Formats: sequence, structure tokens, C-alpha cells
Amino acid sequence: MSLAEKVLQNDIRAAARLMRLLDDEVEEGREELKKLYQYTGKSYIIGITGPPGAGKSTLVDQLIAAFRKEGKKIGVIAVDPSSPFTGGAILGDRIRMQRHSSDPEVFIRSLASRGHLGGLTASTEEICLVMDAMGKDIIILETVGVGQDEVEVVDLAHTSILVTVPGLGDDVQAIKAGVMEIGNIFVVNKADREGADRAFREIVAMLDMISWDGRFRPPVIKVQAHIGLGIDELVEKIYNHKKFLEDHGLFHKFFSKRAKSMFEKVLMSELGKRLKKRILADIRWADWERYLETRMIDPYTLAFNVLDEMITINYKGGTNEFSRL
Amino acid sequence: MRKVRILMAKPGLDGHDRGVKIVSRALRDAGFEVIYTGLHQTPEDVVNIALQEDVDAIGMSVLSGAHNYLFSRVLELLKEKNAQEIVVFGGGIIPEDDVKYLKSIGVSELFLPGTPLETIINWAKENIKPLS
Repeated sequence: MSLAEKVLQNDIRAAARLMRLLDDEVEEGREELKKLYQYTGKSYIIGITGPPGAGKSTLVDQLIAAFRKEGKKIGVIAVDPSSPFTGGAILGDRIRMQRHSSDPEVFIRSLASRGHLGGLTASTEEICLVMDAMGKDIIILETVGVGQDEVEVVDLAHTSILVTVPGLGDDVQAIKAGVMEIGNIFVVNKADREGADRAFREIVAMLDMISWDGRFRPPVIKVQAHIGLGIDELVEKIYNHKKFLEDHGLFHKFFSKRAKSMFEKVLMSELGKRLKKRILADIRWADWERYLETRMIDPYTLAFNVLDEMITINYKGGTNEFSRL
Repeated sequence: MRKVRILMAKPGLDGHDRGVKIVSRALRDAGFEVIYTGLHQTPEDVVNIALQEDVDAIGMSVLSGAHNYLFSRVLELLKEKNAQEIVVFGGGIIPEDDVKYLKSIGVSELFLPGTPLETIINWAKENIKPLS
């Protein structure tokens, strides 16, 4: 039985292994994912982002508990940063989610960012597809602790939740571009702390400045994730957003958008790779170098000429084993 | 790019986590991806997490005296789940006789108090490889 077939039968080890192959960018992983693709496009995907220490993992833990009460099957992808110096990582998001370790309907996967910018990993979307194929009703994506500009999660989730805490800065922080623009729901966590009301008001004021006509106006709510206060309200707001997406035909449009985006990504990266291979194998490199050395031709004109010739369909030009790299 | 993933676990009723955190950090600095479970895990939790995370090894820190039970139970569960290829190692306050016993039932290595971090790292580099 192939990995893909086992994943469809909810085999935990097979799913975990496939996620590993995808995260390690082993070609075999993509072969298996191809077979699973037709079974995906069903899960509801929720993204949780916010600065380090805002309480994202604790909030995820509470959401898992709340959704499990409804009998939903849950997948979680939790990302922590890799060291830029050694490539190592400590993945500790699970510590807050311990109580779900023995629940067979909760699959939590910790990933290291491995230098990927944007708050997630290069493999997040593919691993999300594996969880989707496993039949998870809800997939929660937890980003690394973000600064101001890591907004990739908004593309990969139906509903993005920005978690913040009191005391991170003045009202100018709330009107800056970047993460403050991406939330479908804003959560002020640690709401028992001083400054919570002010943080709440500043976000509301920021949202008041935007004209929402016809679009979903993000709610702002205060929670205390460590004791579960405000979680019911958060779940209600999440479902409100989901209903808005469904009512406007956006829920399934999300999946067609993702499919198109993935197609473009693969197409462009393969195009680049194949064209590069072809150009590097051209036998005329010695000639080109001579033209450039003697300044018979400038680098711009030569590059455009070579490229024009390479991308014509009837290209038969001089390839041999002569490699430049 | 194959990366080695190691689960660092703190099973049982034992809150002394300084050691496991220091070793986790040292493994991180050696380039490993380390997943840390937090305190008070049951052997069942540890094995469930190891399977979901597809780790190459499980390192357990036990300072409670319950090492014989905790290590043997984890090995037993791994066998049940057909996952014996996951390397099990650990550390803690463990008498010599128990070290011998635990190694005889399948624990790959045990590091006792005072072991230099370098020794642990070198052992990990040599003995833990990405599963194929």
C-alpha cells in the first residue's frame, strides 16, 4: 500500500512520514501528494498569528478543546523559528497543548521555519493538504512569533486571527501597515493585564477608520486564554466569519484560489529550473564569453538574444554535456 | 534537505527540567530540530507525540527513580506501534545496574549527571540519522 492510500485510511505513521518527506522536500513526497490531491479541499483552515509570547499556543490549545467538544477532527501545524546560525530549532508549541496528546482525533505537527520568511514554512501548504486528506474538519496554523511584516498566513487560511497583548506600544503601532491589516478577528489576550482596554480601543479605532462596505468587519475581543475566558465568544466570531465566507461564495473560492496559486508556483519554479538547465548546457558559452571579453556585444543585448532564442518552441540549439556549474 | 528530528521528553511525576532544557538547547545548537514535550508526560503521550512528529529519536530525562518503568514502557509501546527503529536514549540519576538493564532491553544510551554536553552531542551525531 502506498503512503497516500495509508493516509486516506487515517494511518498516523504514514501521514507523519509523508509530512516529513514534504518538509524535507524529498521528491517522493510530491508523488504521494499528487495521489491525495483529489481528496482535499474540504477542511476549514484557521490561522493564528501574533508577536512572540502573545499566547498563540495557549489559544490554540483552548480552540482545540472547544472544537473537540463539537466532535470536530482537528489538525494543527505549529511553527517555531530555526536558528539562522546552526539551522537547529527548539519546537515548543506542543507544551501548551499537552492535554490533547492522547486524543486520536487531534494531530499536531511542529515545524521549524528553516529560513522561510513569512511566519510559516515552505512546506505548510502541502502539509495542510495531507491533514485535509486525512479528513480533518478544522486545521489550525500557528505561525512563529511575528514582528510586523509576516503575513503569509492570510493566504493559507480561511480565517486569520491576530493575537496581541496589552503594552506592546502606542496607538501608532495599531495604524501601521503589515500584520495589523490582516486579521479577520482581533484578539487582545491577557486581558486581565493593565492596558488591555486601551489596546482594545486602539484596535477598534483603527478599524473604524476603514470603510468596510460589504466586506467583513473584523470583530475585536478580549480573552484570557490561560483560564479559557472569552473562548466561547472567539469560537462564535470564528463561525460568524466562516458563515460570511460561505454566504458570499468565498469558502470554496479559497480552494480554487489556492489551487491556482500552487499551479503558478510550480509552473514558474519548474520553468526557471528547466530553462536554466538548457541554457547552462549550451555549447556556445565559449563564444559568448569571447564576445563579452572583446566587448563585441554588451551583456544586456546578449542575454536578451540568448533568451529570445531559447524560449522559441522549435528550439533545437546546441545542447551537449558541457556544463557551466 | 534531510533534517534529524529529536523528541525530548520529561515523563512521569518529576518537575526537574533544567537538565532536559540544557540538553535540548545544546542539540539545537548542534543543528538538530528538537521537539520538547514539557513536563509530566505519560509514556503513551511520549509515543503518540513521537509518531505524529515522525522523530528519529526520543530522549527522556528521568530524575524521579521511575526510569525502569518509564523507559521499558516507552520501548514496549514503540514495539506495539511497529516503530522500534526510533532510537531511545536518555539521562538522569540512574544506578549502574539499572543502566545495564535498560541498555539490555533496547535503550541506546544513558547519560548520567556530569556528562559533558559535547559527549552527548557527539553521540547524537553518530547514532541518530534521519529515517529513510
